[in-house]
Amino acid sequence: MSDVATRVPAATASGKPLRPRHIGVHVVLILGAVVMVGPFFWEVMTSLKTLGETMTVPPTVFPKHPQWSNYGKVFDTLPFGQMFWNSTLQTVGRVVGQLVLCSMAGYAFARFEFRGRGLLFGLFLSVLMVPSQLFLLPQYEIIAGLGWLNSIQALVVPGLFSAFGTFLLRQFFLTLPRELEEAARLDGANHWQIFTRVMLPLARPGLVALAVLDVLWSWNDLMWPLVVNNDPTKMPLSVGLASLIGQFTVDTTTLMAGSVLATLPVLVLFIALQRQFIQGIAFSGSKG
Amino acid sequence: MASGTATATSGAAAVRTGSGSRATSPAPGRRAHGRPAPTRRPASAKRRNDLFWAAVFITPTLLGLLVFYLWPVVRTLLISFTETGPFGGSQWVGLDNYAKLFGDARLWETLLNTLKFTVVALLGIPIALVVAALLSTEGLRGVKVYRVLYFLPVVTMPAAVGLIWRTLYNGDVGVINAMLHVVGIQGTNWLSNPDTALYAIAAVGIWLGLGTQVVIFLAAIQGVPKELYEAAALDGAGRVRQFWSITLPTISPSVFFISVLAVIGALQTFDLIFVMSGPTNPAYPQTETIVAQFYQRGFVENQQGYAAAIALVILVVIVAVTALQFRLQKKWVHYV
Repeated sequence: MSDVATRVPAATASGKPLRPRHIGVHVVLILGAVVMVGPFFWEVMTSLKTLGETMTVPPTVFPKHPQWSNYGKVFDTLPFGQMFWNSTLQTVGRVVGQLVLCSMAGYAFARFEFRGRGLLFGLFLSVLMVPSQLFLLPQYEIIAGLGWLNSIQALVVPGLFSAFGTFLLRQFFLTLPRELEEAARLDGANHWQIFTRVMLPLARPGLVALAVLDVLWSWNDLMWPLVVNNDPTKMPLSVGLASLIGQFTVDTTTLMAGSVLATLPVLVLFIALQRQFIQGIAFSGSKG
Repeated sequence: MASGTATATSGAAAVRTGSGSRATSPAPGRRAHGRPAPTRRPASAKRRNDLFWAAVFITPTLLGLLVFYLWPVVRTLLISFTETGPFGGSQWVGLDNYAKLFGDARLWETLLNTLKFTVVALLGIPIALVVAALLSTEGLRGVKVYRVLYFLPVVTMPAAVGLIWRTLYNGDVGVINAMLHVVGIQGTNWLSNPDTALYAIAAVGIWLGLGTQVVIFLAAIQGVPKELYEAAALDGAGRVRQFWSITLPTISPSVFFISVLAVIGALQTFDLIFVMSGPTNPAYPQTETIVAQFYQRGFVENQQGYAAAIALVILVVIVAVTALQFRLQKKWVHYV
């Protein structure tokens, strides 16, 4: 990837990179990195302090005795375990649904020839251009009409369908060579078999990119779950955390511990799948 | 995507070996008296076959999009012509909501707040460009580590981000004011001071989106032909000069792409406002964005008709601003 391109010339030029030249660059980049990471460091430190320690002026950086019990308090303040489970269901439901549905639709747009394909694809693309506020009121009406307010279905179902996902995977299928499909067809495989056995395995990088973006968007989604689920036991973590704001009975330490726990799963996934995350987001160009 | 094709071919090899278990493909001789070779089917049969499979593959998503995305756009327009009565139920009021909208000082204020947010958000682009330019220094160590560190906020839940920055910005015990105190600056209650709240929140917006912009600029800079720099170096151009006269013009399409996305994103700012400001904040009138106002009317105050009209205003604003950007790009974007 990108770093390979920058490193190769340096290595061939003189064996070892000339580093003294780079000290100024590193100083600026490290200062920037402190701004980017510092807030997380402070979050973790605060989550381990006593309430008294968060109020000292000037503030102390490290807690004298790490208060791991703050993390326990999160579970007393909120139905945190339930919310964690709701976030998980919301995320897994949307990701799996979109991987299945968008890969099918994307493949069809990439490979099948039929009348009105361009028109239909244009219709899909038009969804991408519309800001989400134009969907929200009627989506709420539909979910309410189905009696699904305060349910897991409310969190998952509208997110099963994605014009963006269809578009992304169509673009990916278009880059794949046709020869293998032809070969499979000569072997008598039908479209469904070709799709599931030949094309889907080939499309793995595209599927991973979509999955990564969906995980990010679903786990962090705030407005939609805020609108449909106001029962704390049906909320995902994003709404649960937001609901604590302005409640004077909740300590900063507890809030920070909750924030750490809520962000941890996606953070771990990001550390494990850095390349896929960065490529996926570079492809879509936005996080939401 | 070059990397995409590379991985695709390696994947292809895996499939070929993987499919060995179901290698039922008959020898060429046996196929002759099996079923007729599929390639010999007339074109119309292939068409009909394709249509059938296309329907199977596309219908689920098509139905979902129709129900949850396309119909709602029409429905929102219809709702915007109605008003919810005090006992539920709605009645047709024609263009009343729009008439009210234009006379609504609150709406104009939220629109102005939103535009301020957007202008501040654009300041993130030069910062991202500088970081990307520094990261593409030839032979620089630790690029991967920097990239991960700058990217961390991108993967963090905005609700959590809001909580963290509320703590940092706190007027009495916040660490930002403590640091300012060290250098002799008297801080303020950043998020509840009407003069600072909007900018304090917008700064967090920049922080949140910087990683994405850096990654895209980094990839774009990597694509600039090396010969251009060599030629410029021969002409005696230094690094800064090279950045201005080679890097920036060459990657201007990426800068344009990012600025369009940044503007569309900033015009829809909601999460950070909801978590860092909120109706009980004394600075709320100075920070409420148009989407926050939409949420307030539609889902808190139960004025769906009015909210729907606001949603359409949001659409118009986004389309207008994006069109303006496309018009302006002719002046500064160079396509090779």
